[in-house]
Amino acid sequence: MSRQQRRVVITGMGWVTPLGHDVDAVWSRLMRGEGAFGRVSRFDASTFATNFAAEVRHFDFGASFPSAARHASAGDSTKYALVAALHAWRQAGLDGFAGFDGSRMGLYMGSGEGPLDIDTFAHACLASFDPATRGVDDGAFLRTALAEMDALNELEQEPNMTLAHLADAFGLQGPAFNCMTACAASTQAIGEAFEIIRHGDADLMFAGGSHTMIHPLGMTGFIRLTAMSQRRDGYTTAARPFDQTRDGFVMGEGAGMLVLEALDHAIARGATPLAEIAGFGSSADAFRITDIQPDGKGAVAAMSQACAQAGIDPSRPGPDGRPAVHYISAHGTGTQENDRIETRAVKTLFGALAPRVPFSSVKSMLGHLIQAAGAVELITCVQAIRTGWVPPTMNLVNQDPQCDLDYVPNAARDLGPAGGVDVCLSNSFGFGGQNDTLCVRRFR
Amino acid sequence: MAGNRTDVCITGLGLVSGYGAGVEAFWEGLCSGAPSLRPITRFKADQAACNLAGEVPPTISAKDYVPKHYRKGVKVMARDIELAVVAAAEAVRDASLTTRMHAGDGEASAATTYPSERSGCHIGAGLLPAEVPEIAGAFATARDRASGRDDRLSLRAWGTIDADGAVAAGGGTVGGMNNLQPLWMLKYLPNMLACHVTILHGLEGPSNTLTCSEASGMLCVGESTRVIQRGAADLCFSGGAESKVNLVGTVRSQLLGRLAGHEGDGSLTLRPYATGDTKGTGTVPGEGGGILTLEREDLARARGVRRYARVSGFGAAHTLPVAVPVLEERHPPMSKAVQARRNGLSLAIRAALKDAGLGPEAIDVIVPQALCVPKHDAHELEALREVFGSRLSEIELVTLPPLLGDCAAGSGALQVAAAALCVRHQRVPARVHGGGGEGGMRVGAAASREARVRHVLACTGSLAGQNAAVVVSAAD
Repeated sequence: MSRQQRRVVITGMGWVTPLGHDVDAVWSRLMRGEGAFGRVSRFDASTFATNFAAEVRHFDFGASFPSAARHASAGDSTKYALVAALHAWRQAGLDGFAGFDGSRMGLYMGSGEGPLDIDTFAHACLASFDPATRGVDDGAFLRTALAEMDALNELEQEPNMTLAHLADAFGLQGPAFNCMTACAASTQAIGEAFEIIRHGDADLMFAGGSHTMIHPLGMTGFIRLTAMSQRRDGYTTAARPFDQTRDGFVMGEGAGMLVLEALDHAIARGATPLAEIAGFGSSADAFRITDIQPDGKGAVAAMSQACAQAGIDPSRPGPDGRPAVHYISAHGTGTQENDRIETRAVKTLFGALAPRVPFSSVKSMLGHLIQAAGAVELITCVQAIRTGWVPPTMNLVNQDPQCDLDYVPNAARDLGPAGGVDVCLSNSFGFGGQNDTLCVRRFR
Repeated sequence: MAGNRTDVCITGLGLVSGYGAGVEAFWEGLCSGAPSLRPITRFKADQAACNLAGEVPPTISAKDYVPKHYRKGVKVMARDIELAVVAAAEAVRDASLTTRMHAGDGEASAATTYPSERSGCHIGAGLLPAEVPEIAGAFATARDRASGRDDRLSLRAWGTIDADGAVAAGGGTVGGMNNLQPLWMLKYLPNMLACHVTILHGLEGPSNTLTCSEASGMLCVGESTRVIQRGAADLCFSGGAESKVNLVGTVRSQLLGRLAGHEGDGSLTLRPYATGDTKGTGTVPGEGGGILTLEREDLARARGVRRYARVSGFGAAHTLPVAVPVLEERHPPMSKAVQARRNGLSLAIRAALKDAGLGPEAIDVIVPQALCVPKHDAHELEALREVFGSRLSEIELVTLPPLLGDCAAGSGALQVAAAALCVRHQRVPARVHGGGGEGGMRVGAAASREARVRHVLACTGSLAGQNAAVVVSAAD
């Protein structure tokens, strides 16, 4: 078999999410439609216009990771990635794998920035700011910052430090990449990791993403952009994708990690494929810095490339008369613009079949995990294939007339009677115009 | 690797560095051997360990490289974004491409060289630090007066909701964050380099932003190459840009022990690979960007554009253990889970050579990272020795940081550009060196000279252990 035709399967999965840290346990909660929302506890957000989020809770890194002490300085998002990767590592049966060759095992992450020490940074700013001139005394800033900032903390802010910790912990020495394409990042990371294996540059890749923006400047940035829900009095149902009353996304945090592996490599070591990555599409809107291309052209391009690579024609029914795609995990952020345009893109691609494709957003329960969202959502697609159930879009009470597809409203659905779930698409679209779609299907 | 795979060539070099903008300024600067390092003008650096930098001349602004209607967009560009925008425009000029920027948009648009959906973009970026005067001004409206700590930020005063739950108009006890412009965050998101470049040039194909510090640009060249090889695009804008010449970048570099001590008269000469006496080693902040246009070779040939070189090989790998001093000093030793300890740079170089179907003996010139930080140089030297053995002393070497400073995410693309220019001109640029042991490599000062250049290796490590290597070869 030529390397260009190498098939790529998923052999391990792990996540750390606001609803828990175990794949099956979180899946059960998603099937029950539980939400993970609460007041921000990480910092004093009491006067923030958005003072709620979906935080990771009950996360004890020391108890969850064998070499935790070595990674103690890492930021929260790196720690989430380490634990998620450990679960994936174990599920993939890599513990004690005798043929382990780290140089053929790589990493492709969509990890976000590490923790900013806002108190020290703000102090250096305020100690050097002159209100009279509205300028900064550079010397005073340098003196204060050099004296008070912690070198290791500054280092851990670098977005490639998550790679360093993962490589260190698992002995991975193959190709290592970190991408930051905002909310599309981990879908893109998994897609490129898939291509790296197909090309033969590695046999196995850890791929996914991790992120937390539940810190003062992260929340500030999105509040200023008016991208987040400000439903302070009803935050438990604030994440309401496709609903007429939606007013933005709700911030989440966490990590999703997958072990991708060349099928020949997986078979040779006796690993069990959980699903196959069948296609990847990537495009740029190249439109405006804040707005999505109104026709959804970029989203259509990403979805159609993924389908084409998987050998699927989305506009035609499959042999069983159903649409050829059985479930779409929506980007579905709950902003007015995204949900309307993503809906339009799905209708463009699937034509008359679009209303028959279940199309839901788990962000209605988990919040928006930003760079980690795509990896976590791909895992939900694999779970849908494994169980035959698809997760709901919660809080969908007054469906937007411009969002007129089947969003699996308010209750999970068993697709077993209809023939199960064999093929899924997972969409992620980033601020800045990045669009990525993965097609995952049952391994046969 | 031989066979029927798609060849990818470099047709345009958009470069901005301490030498200014444009491939001509870059190559003339490198060949002159006169470092572009100067006392920092962007801020007062006398309290920093180093007051020199490879600073892009302040007169170079993205305003002069974007269409009139886009000039307001420059207000939401951090310096790194401006550098990428400048570099992309220079690349388009150098490659004689027509993109959206010149063709216009909409019904009346002229034909672009490549369709938008066949044009990709991969740009490496750093962690863009907030500009201190801008955010300090906003923080100053939310001082922690309630606790009598005027030099501390009060998050309560930073938020905008008053005690009654109403949105404050500002100017009271809350509302500090309203003093940041609404699009504030978009000035600093790493993917905004690619965002602006894709919008300006109409690049709707595969696009990515890689953030692996100094390895970012070269990883992008590798990813663009693979994207074209797999048929997902015919043209890619590829490279990276970053500025370390700012307050926060300088603080971070200094805290990590990377900066050379400054000499007030600007006479500091960096010392790549200096062995033994490490006094006076270290690097200086730089800023720069390189955007290369990579094209499917048959299409480039068909349109008759000059081809600098082919991208013939790419490899990437991770080093273990990660050689970051502050991390090593404060952490327990490696976990037992790590069964291998390999120099990832040598793995990356070997992978790139294999991809190019070449042995180490085929390499005529190496453009290494040569950061001048002892730990990084030692890691690089170990890898080069491992791959090239005793022949290392015979291979021409191009060391950029003594001329340009540490251009971080911009450096990899500048290295690949230098490699392509060596092939194009059959010449190697000048080297400068402040003296000291040379580790069995050609690192000493030398004037620019003619050379037979068929295959050049560009390679780099990074702050956090990622490595990349690219082989470029004569186009024909």
